[in-house]
Amino acid sequence: MPADQPSITLYRLQACPYCERVVRKLQEYDLEYRSRFVEPMHSDRNVVKRISGKRTVPAIVDENTGLTMSESANIVEYLEKTYGDGGAA
Amino acid sequence: MVDFEVVDLGETEHVDEGDTAPDFTRPLVNAEYWEDASLSDLTDEGPVLLVFYTMDGAFPATYVWNEIRDRGWGDRLTVVGVSISTPYEHETLIEERGMDYRLFSDPSNAVAREYGIDHDLDGMTGISEPRPSVFLLDEDRTVEYAWVATEWPEFPDYDEVEDAIEANV
Repeated sequence: MPADQPSITLYRLQACPYCERVVRKLQEYDLEYRSRFVEPMHSDRNVVKRISGKRTVPAIVDENTGLTMSESANIVEYLEKTYGDGGAA
Repeated sequence: MVDFEVVDLGETEHVDEGDTAPDFTRPLVNAEYWEDASLSDLTDEGPVLLVFYTMDGAFPATYVWNEIRDRGWGDRLTVVGVSISTPYEHETLIEERGMDYRLFSDPSNAVAREYGIDHDLDGMTGISEPRPSVFLLDEDRTVEYAWVATEWPEFPDYDEVEDAIEANV
């Protein structure tokens, strides 16, 4: 992959409201991210299992902090803490 | 002798040898997921064989990808396909054909128009897809070899493509 790729990767499913919730938060904080779309069948999501240990989406990988995380509520909380007002980054 | 109708597609002003292949960004599908990628992302890494083919599910798609897989071109350079099929259909094709190759998804067919190889399908109103075409590109996206179908259906001269790969890669 080229060097100018965003450091945040979002694994998502088209039309998944939990994924959109994370997208809204990323956009709110003006964060660069790349989207990797997976298929609806859980059995077709080995890539997500490999990175996060689970087959659920959304999942994000943030190379800024070295963190990988799933579950939209956890991700949103993480983004708020890390990139929101008074966040660490 | 069987009456066998091959349609003449006529001449077209297409991207040709010596030209710089137009860059584009589209969802690029691998066996596990898809994400936006540019042709130049791939050529930056080395030579690329860019293969435009009929929509996934049409028999020429099966023929072309079986042949390319059996010839093992992917061991020598990056082979990448483009069709108007959606990423979901590409996932199915990749799985069914056991393909190591990634496929760009371009339902709008705008990439084919940019390359001068778009083709309106008779009897499928409103659907346009690329003429079957093969472009061998170097790291600067210079076209080293080009083949564009002038008849329908028509298949690449695989030996000729292989010679071009031998000569340039």
